[in-house]
Amino acid sequence: MSDKNYLDRDLLRFTTAGSVDDGKSTLIGRLLYDSKSIFEDQLTSVENTSKSKGLEHIDFSLLTDGLKDEREQGITIDVAYRYFSTPKRKFIIADTPGHIQYTRNMITGASTANLALILVDARHGVIEQTKRHSFIASLLQIKHIVVCVNKMDLVDYTQDAYDKIVDEYEDFSSKLDVEDIRFIPISALKGDNVVDRGENMVWYQGSTLLHTLENIHISSDRNMIDCRFPVQTVIRPHKEEFHDFRGYAGRIESGIFKVGDEVAVLPSGFTSKVKEIYCDEEEFQEAFPPMSVTLTLEDDIDISRGDMIVRPHNQAKQSQDIDFMMCWMGNEPFNPSKKYTVLHTTNKVRCIVKEVRYKVDINTLHRMEEDKAIRMNDIARVRIRTTKPLYIDPYTKNRLTGSIILVDEGSNNTVAAGMII
Amino acid sequence: MKHSLTHLKELEAESIFVIRETFAQFNKPAILFSGGKDSIVLTHLAKKAFWPAKIPFPLVHVDTGHNFPETIDFRDKLVKELGVNLVVGSVQKSIDEGKVAEERGLNATRNRLQIATLLETIESNQYDACMGGARRDEEKARAKERFFSHRDEFGQWDPKNQRPELWNLFNGLKHYGENFRIFPISNWTEMDIWQYILLENIELPNLYFSHMRKCFVRNGTILSANNYQELKESEEVREMQIRFRTMGDITITGAVESDADTLEKIIGEVAAARNTERGGRADDQRSETAMEDRKKEGYF
Repeated sequence: MSDKNYLDRDLLRFTTAGSVDDGKSTLIGRLLYDSKSIFEDQLTSVENTSKSKGLEHIDFSLLTDGLKDEREQGITIDVAYRYFSTPKRKFIIADTPGHIQYTRNMITGASTANLALILVDARHGVIEQTKRHSFIASLLQIKHIVVCVNKMDLVDYTQDAYDKIVDEYEDFSSKLDVEDIRFIPISALKGDNVVDRGENMVWYQGSTLLHTLENIHISSDRNMIDCRFPVQTVIRPHKEEFHDFRGYAGRIESGIFKVGDEVAVLPSGFTSKVKEIYCDEEEFQEAFPPMSVTLTLEDDIDISRGDMIVRPHNQAKQSQDIDFMMCWMGNEPFNPSKKYTVLHTTNKVRCIVKEVRYKVDINTLHRMEEDKAIRMNDIARVRIRTTKPLYIDPYTKNRLTGSIILVDEGSNNTVAAGMII
Repeated sequence: MKHSLTHLKELEAESIFVIRETFAQFNKPAILFSGGKDSIVLTHLAKKAFWPAKIPFPLVHVDTGHNFPETIDFRDKLVKELGVNLVVGSVQKSIDEGKVAEERGLNATRNRLQIATLLETIESNQYDACMGGARRDEEKARAKERFFSHRDEFGQWDPKNQRPELWNLFNGLKHYGENFRIFPISNWTEMDIWQYILLENIELPNLYFSHMRKCFVRNGTILSANNYQELKESEEVREMQIRFRTMGDITITGAVESDADTLEKIIGEVAAARNTERGGRADDQRSETAMEDRKKEGYF
């Protein structure tokens, strides 16, 4: 890999989920191996461990299962992050376990992903786990799903087997809210259609998996319309040369801010204009997501952490009543009579629970209005009231101003993730 | 104008966001500065995050007493340029005070002893968030580390009870006496670091570049000749043309034979490398789970 062109490379984050047998580890291992992202000492270590376990093949899951308990039990219990790159793109894989008891890990991995890679065993077709992963990808508003029909070598590489699974999947996915779903027949073990096409499936005219990952268009997936800038901190240098400098540090969550743009500040409602946009000493004429910048304004306004800079005619909604889809992640069950801390953008407030409306069966997508007891990995629609207003957007319009987490006030643990409706 | 970032600029933006969250959410944050390229890049990002203000927290260096002299010179120069405070925790002092005992034998190092000194430095200065330059691609136990990594009052890491981390909502809430380790460059790889150093023209200690040095070879690892390790009978010191891929104690940091004396050549070498950069680290080779075990006790 010659790296002269590294400045043109962008970043794609994708999530995978799967159980022990569906070939996920093999697929990741192959992507890492074929893109030369596995080093010899890692490979030797995995080969040695595979041999000492009496295996005939290299067990690539040993590369991804990092913790002692995981290797001893042969299961993945947490989100593991893996990296590889090609001359076109850098990839971050959030590799999560697929079993229902790890829904919370899948949601964690999906929360930052551009794309979800879903594996289907060609022999078994669409199973509950496939539906669960797809539903989570849709709930978390991942824009692209790539369905890999794996183990094609075990169904003699026949197009019939593949077509049947595609039909089956499309039948179910019509209920999902995902814009872009693609299908690729592969054999992770033999390598067909992963990096190279191979000769076993000439009937397949589409791209290989790696080619798809390298070329899928993601830059327009971000919200470039609604300007949202949550202030992280205020920068006052106290230096002679920057005596009056007052900058607002934060990340552009959505929209494009330009020098001279009229802006409004929430919650005060005061308006001003963008004077300068900086990152370090470099000055910009405009800033777009996900840039971390420092803004200065024409007027001296009292702004602090938790405030949000928006456009006067396109503001986030200020509300103390938050209606959202919740994934419960705590060890203890959800207790609607407790108060929880809510983190949203750069704000921290407290809340009380007003209503649990229904629970969702994540295998069938059915609403359960009777059973409202919420335990770890359950997904439910909940309404809370916060001590102070938050500046929110629906999650479907804005992943970053539309998401919250709930924190238990006793343990300080993150116990729930929420997608605002 | 094209409204998308390159992978390096996206990583930079993510790291700056995390550094600013650390500053905003904690009372007394600090940067753990090892003198290696990762902590140099981290410090560079912290400078960017708060410009034109100075970096609003100190650099903390755990000094094992077994340093490369070049590391210390570089550290002192950088601290002066940035106008930040330097806080040094001394392993020698922990040994002198009888808090830890020096390891014995030919392969003795002070790597593990650092943990006690680090924890003591954090406690006596009441740092509640220590930022480090660890990356998830370095080692398998680190692949599951969070950006905001919670430590109990003994500084221990519990890998099975980590807080889920979603979107860009980082939960730094804690009880009195607990603290966090923060890893703003979690998502960078070794290659990203080198490309960014080239892109941003970041100065590095000359140890990273090819030079002639008196070395000896132990268990297949090229080590710099030093005053702290005795040679075995079979070992001999000879002049070699080498450079270092990571920076740790002089007693454990393996060199590679190399003529790469510019960043461009180093990037070419990293791209072609067939071993991980930590492959040369004697501290990781002790057992399959050496890193995980040290991290649980409070290592970086």
